[in-house]
Formats: sequence, C-alpha cells, structure tokens
Amino acid sequence: MKNKKIGLTVLGIIAIVFPLVIRSDYYLHLLIIALMWVVIGSSWNLLAGYTGQVSFGHAIFFGTGAYTAGILAAKLGISAWWGLVFGGVVSMLVALFVGWVCFRLRGPYFALATLAGGEIIRLVATNWESLTEGMVGILIIQSFRSKLPYYYIALFLAIFCIYAIAIVMKTKWGYYFVSVREDQDAAESLGINTALYKNVSLLISAFFTGSAGAFYMNYMAFIDPQVVFSLHYISIMAILVGIVGGVATIWGPAVGAFIMVGVQETFRSSFFGVAPKWVSQGHALVFGLLVIFVIMFMANGVVGDWSKIRRAIFRKKTSRYKGEEYGTP
Amino acid sequence: MVLLELKHLVKAFGGLKAVNDVSFQVEKGEIFGLIGPNGSGKTTIFNCINNFFPITAGDVLFKGRSIGGLKTYKVCHLGIGRTFQVVKPLARLSVMDNVIASAFCRVNTIKEAEAQAERILDFTNLTGEASKPAKSLPIAGRKRLEIARALATRPDLLLLDETAAGLNPSELDEAIGLIKKIRDSGITILIVEHIMKVIMTISDRIHAINFGQTIAEGTPRQVANNQAVIEAYLGEEYAHS
Repeated sequence: MKNKKIGLTVLGIIAIVFPLVIRSDYYLHLLIIALMWVVIGSSWNLLAGYTGQVSFGHAIFFGTGAYTAGILAAKLGISAWWGLVFGGVVSMLVALFVGWVCFRLRGPYFALATLAGGEIIRLVATNWESLTEGMVGILIIQSFRSKLPYYYIALFLAIFCIYAIAIVMKTKWGYYFVSVREDQDAAESLGINTALYKNVSLLISAFFTGSAGAFYMNYMAFIDPQVVFSLHYISIMAILVGIVGGVATIWGPAVGAFIMVGVQETFRSSFFGVAPKWVSQGHALVFGLLVIFVIMFMANGVVGDWSKIRRAIFRKKTSRYKGEEYGTP
Repeated sequence: MVLLELKHLVKAFGGLKAVNDVSFQVEKGEIFGLIGPNGSGKTTIFNCINNFFPITAGDVLFKGRSIGGLKTYKVCHLGIGRTFQVVKPLARLSVMDNVIASAFCRVNTIKEAEAQAERILDFTNLTGEASKPAKSLPIAGRKRLEIARALATRPDLLLLDETAAGLNPSELDEAIGLIKKIRDSGITILIVEHIMKVIMTISDRIHAINFGQTIAEGTPRQVANNQAVIEAYLGEEYAHS
C-alpha cells in the first residue's frame, strides 16, 4: 500500500516534469495522444471490462464529443474548450439512445449492435452537411501554439478519468457493474436493476470518451467524420488498448494506451526512419499479431498478467502471482 | 399470517402448460416444501414467483400484495431471496465480494455492506473461504454461497432450489442444520428438494405437484402416504403393493 503511494507520487512527478526536461515537440505529441488514449481506453474498460458489455462502437462517443466541441466553436463561436464538458454531456445523451437500443441485446449481439451504431453515426455525420460540413470537416483555430498546455490538459483528463473510475469501482455501483458482467440473471435476482446499471456504466464511459473527443478537436484543430467516427482508428483501437493493457484493471488501459501508441508510431515512422519505408504499411498486421499474442499468452493483458510476465522475464521461482484478481473491485 | 400466496398460477410455454393452476399458501415462519418428479414444474414456479418468466395467468401475492408483473430485482427488494438449482456464483469475484454485492440491496456504503457480508459469511460458515474466488469452491461451498448471497439481501422469504442436490451425507447434515438455523432466525423458507431425507425432516408442510398440477398437500407424513404422490414417484404398479 505504501509502496503503491510512493510509486504513484514518483510517476506523478515524472509526468509533470518530463516535458520541461525533454523539450521535443515530437515526443510531446506522442505523449499527448497516448494520454488521450488513456482516457478512451479507461472508459471503454469501464463498460467492457468491468460491466462486461463489450462495445465495438466507442467512436460514437469520441466523434460526438469532437463534433460538439467543433460545432460550438465553428458555428456558435463558443470556445471549443467548453466541449470538454458539453462534448461529454452530448455523448451521454447519445449514449442514452444507444443504450436504449443496444442493451436489448446481450453479449456478442450487443457488440455487433454498437458496431452498427458506429457506422450509422459516421454516415450521418458525413451526409448531414448543414451541421457537420460533411467530408469538408471542421477547422478551428488552436488556442495555444506550444504543445505544453495541451500536454497538461491531457494529463489532467487522464488522471481525472482513472481516479473517477477507481473511486466508482469501490462503491455500490462498481460492485453492481462486475455483478452484471459475471451473471446477469443472478445479479437481477440479487436485487440489481441490471438494465439501469448497464446504462449508468455506459453513460460514465460515454462522458469521458466524449470529453476525450472534444480534447482531440481542440488539439488537432481539424476533424472529419472519417477520422473521429472511424471504426478501426477509434473503436477498434479502444478495444486494443483495453485488451493489451488488461481489461478490468484500473491501470491496464493506461499501460495499453502507451504500448499501442508506441507500437503504432514505431511502425508508422518505419522504426523512426531506420527501416525501409514499406514497413509502415505493416502496422495493421502487427496490431493483429499483437492481439493474437496477448489473447493466447496473457489473456488478462500486461497489467492483469504482470506477475506472470515478471516471472517469465526474471525467472523468479517465488511466485507472487495471484492470478485470480481479475475484475475484483 | 400468510406470507406468500399462489393463486391459480399458470405458466405456459407455447402449448405446454408447465405450471397449470397451482395454488398454495406459505405461512410466515414455516418451512414449506415443494416436491414433484423431474420436470413437474417446481423450478418454473420459482421463476414465476420472482418473475424471471412472466406468468401466463393467475397471481402471486406477497404480504398480501400482488407481485405478478414486477421486475425480478424489485421482487428481491420486496423481500424474496432465491438460490439457483444450477448455481450462479459471480465466478471471478471472491466469496466475500459476492456477498458484498448482494448486501448492497439494503445498504449503500461499502462499510455497511462489508459488515453485513462478514456476519453472513460467519452465519453460513464460509468465513474461511472469504478471499477465495467463487469459482474455486467445491459444489457444497457454492451451494452455501448461493444461500449466503440470498441472505445478504435480507429476505423475509427465501426460495431454496435444490440446495442439497449433489451433496455427500455429512454435507447434507450441515445443509439441513443451516436451513433450520435460517428458519430460526425468522426467515420463512420455500424449498424445492428431491432428497427425501432433507424435505421430510425439515418441512412443516409439503405441497406435491406432477405435470404442473397439484396432487397433494399436507404434513410430510400425509404426503408420504398419499397414493397420488407414490404413483408419481414410483409408477402406478407400485402404488397398490
């Protein structure tokens, strides 16, 4: 417990000081994107990992948040930063509808329904040109020229999101979420309104994802439907971040976010220019292989199976692997 | 005082009437047994009481109030706890967390829920397994966990669905002891059971059904000597010998 506190403090200090020491816009950009994925991955994990409702459509909420911020700024002249709040709120409204439709289904059928939902909203955003400018996209003016403020805002969002989820998981709601995941029928007979708590989980998840979307709008200053409502750049990436890091763990998605952004960038840049150009074409393939590897050898992700990994690396005989902590609130 | 009353309950799956016009009353404080051969509709009756299935006709009254159309979780909040024949533990959670999750039915803070869970684990003799994941328990432990979870919702009426099935003789005695202890703590019990040793020794009254219809009701002795019950269990040729 004390070790954990010290570890977190050290991590916090590093996170705050890092950009002041390493003054590279390139690395700062990667960190900002990774921190944004911490938020998306964590909120996906709340719904899919803890509550057991695997979503293939988190781009719905990301895109909604981004467009809320964008439309506020471009059409109404209100600062896009308000999107951090309103983007989350509008995403929650969309989530109410998504939940109303999709929670009639269970398991893989729910996942497929959210996948369809993501594609529907992408097409709506592409064609509803009077509101979204369609494929032209929305362009706003960045608030800051330096990347530093964005870094600290993203850091704040990520910490806030992880902290909020960690708190929620220690309350009645958290226990109810995992109960719903383990057995909906049993949960219902134990007095848990499963329909309500699935929606509560979805709403929280949607709020943070929408907020992350709004941050993306502010940071990138340009969005179009193909990017923010993208199935494989957003929805699938959210799943990868969760699975690689470790579903149903507080820190899993955070670790997963840094790994996935790292892998993505390594391949996109052809190993930072060292490897031949064609390597950059292979990043989707590597993602696929990585997921297969994770599912086969460490189904609980890097964080969930950390003690297993440590043993494999250090060949420690004394096992502290508990292995059964999966999803315990 | 009548705690639970079934009034001409009918549950049809398509053309098949799994429960056909069953009526009985469970008095407060008693252990009421429900018996019948395989497929006679006992579990279906349970599923109708806590509304896993919508009932086709008739009504279920709890504390004088109709609970026919209520959602399952609301039935639980009114004070009916149930266990499942095919146990449904929250497999990857610890035994303790299983019970805490159920305790939240009545309390809101984690502290109260933990305190209540500890009491109930002690009551059901599961304290030793509190930190183990539920899926690691053997069948006897899982059955007890089912009971513990149901108790954590602080029911007035407990529906026990074959909690003794699959237990060895010494575990059976423990189960019987536990059920009696629950009754003594003031909880009314409606129990479905196949094992005659259990049902005959603990029930105050027994209601027997076959093919979804009532065939007998009375004290254990009356039911055991009833022609229709013997026919249902052993076949007609043994009934007269």
